[in-house]
This record gives sequence, structure tokens and C-alpha cells, in this order.
Amino acid sequence: MEASDSMMSVSSGNVTETVDLRRELEETRIEEVLDQLDRELVGLAPVKARIRQIAALLLVDRVRRRMGLAAETPTLHMSFTGNPGTGKTTVAQRMADILFKLGYVRKGHLVSVTRDDLVGQYIGHTAPKTKEILKKAMGGVLFIDEAYYLYRQENERDYGQEAIEILLQVMENQREDLVVILAGYADRMDQFFRSNPGFRSRIAHHIDFPDYTDGELMHIAATMLEAQNYRFSPAGAEAFAAYIGLRRQQPHFSNARSIRNALDRIRLRHANRLFATKEPVSLDSLMTIEKEDVLASRVFQGGLLIKEA
Amino acid sequence: MRLTQGCFSFLPDLTDDQIRTQVQYCIDKGWAVNIEFTDDPHPRNTYWEMWDLPMFDISDAAAVMLELDACRKAYGDRHYIRISGFDSSHGWESVRISFLVGRPKEEPGFRVARQEVDGRNIRYTVESYATMKPEGQRYEA
Repeated sequence: MEASDSMMSVSSGNVTETVDLRRELEETRIEEVLDQLDRELVGLAPVKARIRQIAALLLVDRVRRRMGLAAETPTLHMSFTGNPGTGKTTVAQRMADILFKLGYVRKGHLVSVTRDDLVGQYIGHTAPKTKEILKKAMGGVLFIDEAYYLYRQENERDYGQEAIEILLQVMENQREDLVVILAGYADRMDQFFRSNPGFRSRIAHHIDFPDYTDGELMHIAATMLEAQNYRFSPAGAEAFAAYIGLRRQQPHFSNARSIRNALDRIRLRHANRLFATKEPVSLDSLMTIEKEDVLASRVFQGGLLIKEA
Repeated sequence: MRLTQGCFSFLPDLTDDQIRTQVQYCIDKGWAVNIEFTDDPHPRNTYWEMWDLPMFDISDAAAVMLELDACRKAYGDRHYIRISGFDSSHGWESVRISFLVGRPKEEPGFRVARQEVDGRNIRYTVESYATMKPEGQRYEA
């Protein structure tokens, strides 16, 4: 849409120049980052679609600016909402890279902070602290994890409000200098935006991270193992698929993070099992995760409720 | 009398874009960038007040420009403001660049004072007209 618009208005201005958006895309090497995103991040289809849209907008904007069409710097502040372990931080990191490749931010570094880094402990402490972080993030992306902690409804003299005010001011006035990404769990973020309408209106992109399906989690597990030179035996894979199904129904399930923790414990049991055998171990058995490594998990015996009690 | 000092003293005052470029150069070199201000224009005055803290953990000049704007809001047109880049690497450990980025609207200049000593000898010194007034009131309109 945008692309054809820009070409039309250019040709009406008696300039017969056209732009090859494909070539433009190749020049920015943005396709590499997007492909990498597709390859390395399992699932997250709506997130990827949104990132592609943003990338397209920025690319077209770049071309428009070069052809002398008025292009106001688009607002790129974002909010990432989703359950724990759905890849918000990972995507934020990629986002910094994408925005850098498109020339939207000048440095492309990610500064990841939480309430503690922004809000001070006594009067007059907050503003310098927040400013310090903002200055550090200039030219890159500021990622505020669990942003709703900034605002404490029950205490109206909480210093978080001061941090919010400074943030809003910089988000508005220095849009070309930094991009702010707020992240957190969906319901609490909604509440946060309701009590701070200024934030909602200054954030152009609200991206929701869906939970992973069982198949996607299995894929993630396989990728994680592969990165550490492990693999499932066929029976082990089957057991782990069953594990995912059970684990999801138990409390404190946090998607990919739960999977990573489970794999860490499985590796522990795998090492213990090898240690207990008398015979010399082969390379193959050093790499292969068997059924019994997985099935020993407490998830199969009624789960975390018992473990944590 | 237009005061000149430090780097680029032979050039007209830098524009904000030029300042930004210089600051980015300092940052890329790994120097800590400082903003200082004073209302005592004497060339031997080394005691400039510091605005905020030295900025050594930033990666973009926008952060310095943000502070410079804040400093100008507080002291602009009444004080001299300069930016310096401090190189902390071993062997240097000193200021590598320093240039003026702000000056009072009116600069009354310097007076030469002659002191007669020991017979017909004369000692010369310069004194800024501005410093006749107490600190903080020197460039008030």
C-alpha cells in the first residue's frame, strides 16, 4: 500500500523515477535479520508478522525521505505483552538489531532495565537515576521489563510516578533518539495502561505474544538440546512430549523457560545415570537423552504441587 | 569582546549539529564527556563548575545534547559553557579536547591593569570587567 502511494505521488510531481523496493531491501540486509528471526524463533507468528510490517514501513519511509517526500519520524515505542517465557526479551534484542539495520536507531544496543534501575529510594533520587538510564539508552533501545511495577496504585507518593513522567517526556520529545519497549504480562499491562493513559497513546505498537503450542515447545526443546550437543532418543522424545502436556497443566508454567529448566534437570539425571553405570560410556550415550532421564521427573508423579509443598 | 578558548577557537561558534558530531567523536574514542560552566572568563580560570556527572557510559551524542540543553536552560546566555572529553586510558589520563558551546549575550571583555613596582618597572595583568560584580550576577541583563 505505502509503496504504491509513494510512487504515485512522485510521478505526479513530474519525477519519473521509480524505486526498486526489493533492491532497497537487499541493501539494508534487513532480510537476513528477519530470516534469522524466522529460523531461530519457533512459532510467534503474529509477532513476526508485526515485525515484518514495521520493517516494511521503515523501509518505505526511508525511500520516501530520500525522494524528498515529507516523512515524519514514526513513533516506534512498543509494548510486548505475553505470558512468562514467550520470548519477549529475545525479540526485543532482535528488534534493536532490526531498527539499527534500518537506520532508525543510530547504535542498536539494548539497555534492559526493571523498576529498580529507574526508581530511586528517597526524594530526589529518581530523576537522576531515570535520566542516567535514558542517557545510556540513547541511540538504542530501552527495554523495560515488567513495566507495571513502575506504577504503584496503592501508594500515590510512590517515586515510580516521577520516573513515568520523565520517561513520557523523553518518549515524546526524543523519538528519533531512542525507542522504548515496555514488556510484561498481559493483564497487568492492561491495568498499567489504564492508569497511565499517557503511555498508551505514546505507544504505537502493542504486540501480543501468544503461548507456545505443545509442538512448538517440543521444537524449542530439540533446538536447545542441539545447541548443547545433546539429542533425544526416540523413546526419550516421546516421553518429553508427554512431559510437556503434563507440565502445562501444573502451576507456574512459563513456556520456553520451563522447558529450559526441565532440560537442565534432565541433563543432571542423564549425567547421574551415566555415572552409575560400571561400563565405559560411548560418545553416543554421552549425547543421547533416554526415556528414563525424562520419566524420573516429579511432573509424572503428580507434579510441582507436591514438590513445592 | 568575543572570548575564544580551547579547540576550534579560531572558528565561529559551532552549531548544535557540529557539537553533536564532535561529541560523538569523543564517545567513539571512549572519552568521558563533561559539560562545564562558569561566569569567570579569565583564561587562567581552571575552576569551572561541572554540570551533572562525567558521561562515560553512554553510546550516543543525543545524551550529551540532552544535558547540554538542560544546562543551557539553567545557565545559557549568562555563563560560558564548554564541553570537554577526558581520556582515562593509561598514559593519557587527561583532557583531550575542550571547546566552548555557549557564551553570555554580552561580553564586556578585559581591562589591562598596570602596577608600578620597584622603580620604573611595570607589572601587567588582565582582569575581566565581568568579574567586578559578584559571582552569579556578572552577566545579568
